[in-house]
Amino acid sequence: MDIENSPRAGMWLARVAVPAPGASALPPVQPEAVAPAAAEVRVKVDIRDVDFFYGKTQALKNINMSLRDRRVTAFIGPSGCGKSTLLRIVNRIYELYPNQTATGEVLVDGQNILASTFDLNAVRSKIGMVFQRPTPFPMSIYDNIAFGIRLYEKLPTSEMDNRVESALRRTALWDEVKDKLRQSGLSLSGGQQQRLCIARAIAVQPEVLLLDEPASALDPISTQRIEELIAELRPDYCIVIVTHNMQQAARCSDYTAFMYLGELIEFDETERMFTHPREKRTEDYITGRFG
Amino acid sequence: MAAEHIVKSYDEELGRLSKIIAEMGGLAESQLAAAVDAVSRRDSALALQVVEGDAKVDELERELNNLAIRLLALRQPMAIDLREIFVALKIGSDLERMCDYAANVAKRSIALSHTPPVQSVHSLPRMAHLALRLVKDVIDAYVAHDADKALQVWRSDEELDEMYASLFREFLTYMMEDARNIGTYTHLLFMAKNIERIGDHATNIAENLYYLVHGTALTEVRPKGDRTSLEVVAPESRVGR
Repeated sequence: MDIENSPRAGMWLARVAVPAPGASALPPVQPEAVAPAAAEVRVKVDIRDVDFFYGKTQALKNINMSLRDRRVTAFIGPSGCGKSTLLRIVNRIYELYPNQTATGEVLVDGQNILASTFDLNAVRSKIGMVFQRPTPFPMSIYDNIAFGIRLYEKLPTSEMDNRVESALRRTALWDEVKDKLRQSGLSLSGGQQQRLCIARAIAVQPEVLLLDEPASALDPISTQRIEELIAELRPDYCIVIVTHNMQQAARCSDYTAFMYLGELIEFDETERMFTHPREKRTEDYITGRFG
Repeated sequence: MAAEHIVKSYDEELGRLSKIIAEMGGLAESQLAAAVDAVSRRDSALALQVVEGDAKVDELERELNNLAIRLLALRQPMAIDLREIFVALKIGSDLERMCDYAANVAKRSIALSHTPPVQSVHSLPRMAHLALRLVKDVIDAYVAHDADKALQVWRSDEELDEMYASLFREFLTYMMEDARNIGTYTHLLFMAKNIERIGDHATNIAENLYYLVHGTALTEVRPKGDRTSLEVVAPESRVGR
């Protein structure tokens, strides 16, 4: 088994580079900490020794994984395996709920966003998230986009108009909504609403996009639009997608992580994962042999 | 072998796929055996049966293709299942081609039965015997998903190549000795070539089987025993060196 060339090798090396507890500055990820095949691809988010608890129940066990910039990483696994939980740790959204604790580190550009000293607003502006069900705000299409921007920046109207237009263009929604920007975001179709949510997420110029089953509530055509959108956003973001649709993971992502019962079972290039995975549990799951 | 699928009909369809391959493999063996029998016994009726029997193989290949397309479209297979279907399609083509070669041997045997008998016709069954063993072994290996056995087949094709090379020289010698032999030995030479090609298809199957089991291509260079395509034959050179 060519472990040296697997992204997991990179993860392992990255763990070796973790400084002793209490060390203040975290080193930037060294190029050699990345798998050779992906040496030119920078690690954006480095998940290190992450455990997660719902009360006393451990939902994630010692997760180590490097998410690469300008690439798409898919999390797959049966319901309850912890893939959405892991996604919710990456932007600390779990903190909204009582009795949920995460330990370990999530380094974004080398900075541990799980540290209590790290500014939560900075986390949220850097890391956008889109959920399974479209969640447009009950306000106009225009304000859905402008709302988030206003939280972080005061922009003159003309500049705000430009930012709204650019976010809508980026999500291929502009031509469909340009004549009804003042209408409610809720008046759009499900697929349009989901693209509006993605537009809203990218309008604040994040660097990481977390998509939690973004197409599972959509019809096949809208699903394809979302997949096309992911491909178009890929050159500019570090994208993570949680999906139950294995073919979607295979189509959209560069890397795939298979999780089961709170553990990361296998993490590798998507092509390898879906043609000949190393782990039997991965193979059983993706071929439909799993109970 | 992998565990069963949650959806049982998926397993049944994959099982059907292997069954068709095994059936085609069995036909490839029996067609070649009968064709060579027809040559040695100068039995035109048997030869005709072989020629007509080729349609059955074509029919099985069509069934295989349809089933594979159906599986690809409906099941969207991954990993081992994907390789299983992809490899079945490739093996199906190889087996169909093998049967074409067997039918061609049979066809030529009809022409040959109208020419005076020659002694060296008996070299052919020896070669066919080895080819049959390769076909049988590679199909057994496929049924058992045995990549090691496939590798053995892949290596022993060299022996068949060498036999062909030696027959090639022998037949050329007879042609040069007496120009009246040319018609007969041209047929025999093509028959030998057909059998040698059957061995090549057996090695293709072995390579695909290796990929099926291991998920990676066999990259080793196969030993080759036939260099006749690089030889120049001229009367004064006296072949056989």
